[in-house]
Amino acid sequence: MAKPGLDGHDRGAKVIARALRDGGHEVVYTGLRKTPGEIVRIVMDEDAAALGLSTLSGAHDVLLPAICEGLRQEGLTEVVVFAGGIIPNGDHESLHEDGVRAIFGPGTRTSEILDFLEAARQRIEGGKPVGVGENSGWRWE
Amino acid sequence: MAMGVIPADLLDSALAGNRRDLARMLTLIENGGAFDIPEQSPWTLGVTGPPGVGKSTLIGRLISNWADRGERIAVLAVDPSSPRSGGALLADRMRMSTADSNDSVFVRSLATRNHPGGLVSCLSPMIDALAACGWSRIVIETVGAGQAEIRVVAFADRILLVDGPDRGDIVQAEKAGIMELADIVAINKSDIPNSQQAADSVRAALEVGGDSSVIVHLVSAHDGSGIIELLDTIESCPASGARDRLRVRERLLSAWDSRLLAHPRLNEVIDALETGSITLDEAVEIVGLSED
Repeated sequence: MAKPGLDGHDRGAKVIARALRDGGHEVVYTGLRKTPGEIVRIVMDEDAAALGLSTLSGAHDVLLPAICEGLRQEGLTEVVVFAGGIIPNGDHESLHEDGVRAIFGPGTRTSEILDFLEAARQRIEGGKPVGVGENSGWRWE
Repeated sequence: MAMGVIPADLLDSALAGNRRDLARMLTLIENGGAFDIPEQSPWTLGVTGPPGVGKSTLIGRLISNWADRGERIAVLAVDPSSPRSGGALLADRMRMSTADSNDSVFVRSLATRNHPGGLVSCLSPMIDALAACGWSRIVIETVGAGQAEIRVVAFADRILLVDGPDRGDIVQAEKAGIMELADIVAINKSDIPNSQQAADSVRAALEVGGDSSVIVHLVSAHDGSGIIELLDTIESCPASGARDRLRVRERLLSAWDSRLLAHPRLNEVIDALETGSITLDEAVEIVGLSED
């Protein structure tokens, strides 16, 4: 669970991290104001299976593609990327095309995020593409 | 995550300096995998102490100074798993500000997965893997620990105990246990009141116990004061040979715990205990030495 860029609003990220923990996941929380490069490094060192990005600053169109591209460049193509925060509907399509598999807005139930991760896990087990570098139109809707 | 990768290739790649494959190898080790790693003599430091005294922040300071001195530092930071869900929230690395961008620093967060003693037995092969890959300083951060949690001696050759101010009333109690085993004590938070008093109390307690060889440092991970001096003391601290028997004992207990937790009939036995259909002695028999 990461907070990219200049964005000090971490209540949402902490709530999600806690909910995922309660759902049985091991969650590494990065803390605030991480650069795309730092987030890619953390994903690599922690060998994370999934990356959740929380952004409320309006810079998602710059930061999220940079992170997805960084993951692909480092060969971390199998990582499942999802996002949340304040991301207008009009921006969803391009982020999905960039490999972000789910975008959760305000009011999302935490159980839905657990359901998404379970669906992603089943796709991995079934050999279906779901990672950020795996060509797939699949998205959570 | 390393499906289809032959472990020997992964090991070779990690040994050649591939950071991603080192990380993947650590995951496989954590999940019970074994690698044919050449014999190592790693340099290890265990950092322990009560919750909230600033262990992670202090390690963050140490690793950035170490990196400036040309060392390559790996940190294995352990946080507790939830006994209810089995999940864990691992937040040690967020306090290590240089951890995410310095090529000379590698931080891996680990959950206890509810192993007794707060440390998992796979730490040993992980430490060997890191040493084989050229990490010259390996730091093991324990979960927030009380006085009886001494398992870190099983994995680290030097022990740094971190404590803080306004805990003076329990210093006496802490004389027994981990404080007896510490090579170095750091009283953190020298930027806030009563820290000098805490350092004095610890020194006095150690003197009463006859442990005058233990050096007590007053430091502030917040403003950086005393960190260089602490690092110099750590660097000049030899691997402790006096704890060899204790180390072996703790390793045995740790391996035993791992074996028990991985026992195929463990859940079945717990269910039977819960319903009262077997006694505790019978349960011990079932999950005893044999694997079946």
